[in-house]
Amino acid sequence: MKIIVCISHVPDTTSKINFSDGDTKFERNGVQFVINPNDEFGLTRAMWFKEKQGATVDVINVGLSDTESTLRKALAIGADKAIRIDMSPENGFNVAKQLANYIKKENYDLVIAGRESIDYNGGMVPGMIAGLNNANFINNCISLEIDGTNVTASREIDGGKETIESCIPLVIGAQKGLVEESDLRIPNMRGIMMARKKQLEVIPAIDASNQTNSIEFEKPKPKGEVTLVSSDNLDELINLLHNEAKVI
Amino acid sequence: MAILVYTESEQGKFKKIAFELASYARAIADENNTTVTAVCFNAESPMELQNYGVNKVLNISNQDLKSFNAMSYSQCVFEAAENEKSNIIVISSSADSKYLAPLLAVKHNAGYISNACELPTSYSPLTVKRTAFTNKAFEITKVNTENALISLAKNSYSINEVKTDASLVDFSVNVSQNDTKVKSIDKATDKVTIADADTVVSAGRGLKGPENWGMIEELAEVLGAATACSKPVSDLGWRPHGEHVGQTGKPVASNLYIAIGISGAIQHLAGINSSKVKVVINTDPEAPFFKAADYGVVGDAFEVVPELINKLKTFKAQN
Repeated sequence: MKIIVCISHVPDTTSKINFSDGDTKFERNGVQFVINPNDEFGLTRAMWFKEKQGATVDVINVGLSDTESTLRKALAIGADKAIRIDMSPENGFNVAKQLANYIKKENYDLVIAGRESIDYNGGMVPGMIAGLNNANFINNCISLEIDGTNVTASREIDGGKETIESCIPLVIGAQKGLVEESDLRIPNMRGIMMARKKQLEVIPAIDASNQTNSIEFEKPKPKGEVTLVSSDNLDELINLLHNEAKVI
Repeated sequence: MAILVYTESEQGKFKKIAFELASYARAIADENNTTVTAVCFNAESPMELQNYGVNKVLNISNQDLKSFNAMSYSQCVFEAAENEKSNIIVISSSADSKYLAPLLAVKHNAGYISNACELPTSYSPLTVKRTAFTNKAFEITKVNTENALISLAKNSYSINEVKTDASLVDFSVNVSQNDTKVKSIDKATDKVTIADADTVVSAGRGLKGPENWGMIEELAEVLGAATACSKPVSDLGWRPHGEHVGQTGKPVASNLYIAIGISGAIQHLAGINSSKVKVVINTDPEAPFFKAADYGVVGDAFEVVPELINKLKTFKAQN
């Protein structure tokens, strides 16, 4: 089985978000970048398929050379090969077209991508790859078993989950639950050394347009002071929630 | 050209977000001097939508589409858009809508704007404000394509009752077969979900153990709320993953969010930031959550919560 995991290079979850150039660009200075957490859950599940079922696992990213540190980390975790499509990603649809084109050419059986990146939260790349390549698609995937060409998976739905049967070629939108937080792997020294020798192929982007573009960013307005209520005066809390906030 | 809105139903009954979306689509239509067409599946009373400004309802009655299937549903919504020559499609941010959205965007070659939080600010080019960086920022996005797909973030637009005299069309689609089939659905039907809830009661490690969740569930019951939890609590296995709210968990955009024994890590706050009113109950007055909350009680959850439950019961009985 040939697996490819799409990796997004995103600011660490603890990052403070700032913008530059008149609030038109995300300020990358001083920001620590990591593998998008939803992609990392997917990559960890892919490692299971590699170790238990002999799958090959490639990782791919659409980005400029600064994202290679994140691809190297994925190689250190255990991916076999990395591909970087050399383009500054500005729109999820365009990114999906870049990825879908490569994936189709190389005939992957299973494509794993996080259900959304934690930076732009577009939530479109996995579904668009499936749509463009006419593959099956399971979003918000929280369990995945593959036997030959048969797939059994579950999807998180509002208030529960559903069990789905499908087959490969398949694209999943990965998220927490697909593996446990405690299953995530920190690269060890041997992995890091081996990653240096693994192939990181850089390929040019195909000609595709951006369906949307960012014009500007805004930060939420600063919050007012909290209104503290004494723990022996909870009637006042109920009064405030009822008469002032009007939420109960 | 009509604005097309996909109005979701559950067991044939429209969800509340269907009316929010219809109202949102009505406002877009008014600004463009056009009409609103809704598409729905197996709706029991499709004409309910004419109370919310919809001019035409395409109801798809098809027993094969009783349960949601993203491939089939996206095909149907796409054919509805073609039929109505709609270049703007509006959908919700439910798990189902976000599942079908990218498939629909590909079919319709539409610029897709997810998590829209306001009406468009311009129509040439179409420009919409959306949330990004898990609510740590807003992004103003313009659409370059002729067609657009907008997914409206939860709790971003109020229901607006506008009576129309809508027409009803029994819309039939020759649905293509696909290999993805739902085998079973495991869903608590007696509990309000985090996605649909007006109020969410959430608790963290301050509760000390899963055996102490009884009072959280009771508080949620009194308020008609959904229960949620912080990341450490779900990682420890005290509560199911489906309850984890925050940056890598579920987003919350309720009217009222009550956080009990949650310190307020930046990842947690990002995930719940879209909630309108936030209340924190914590023993530590220095907990970061107090900076993000509207109302706060410094105190021991094991004393405050039972008393709050009693007082709320009295309040509910009187109101």
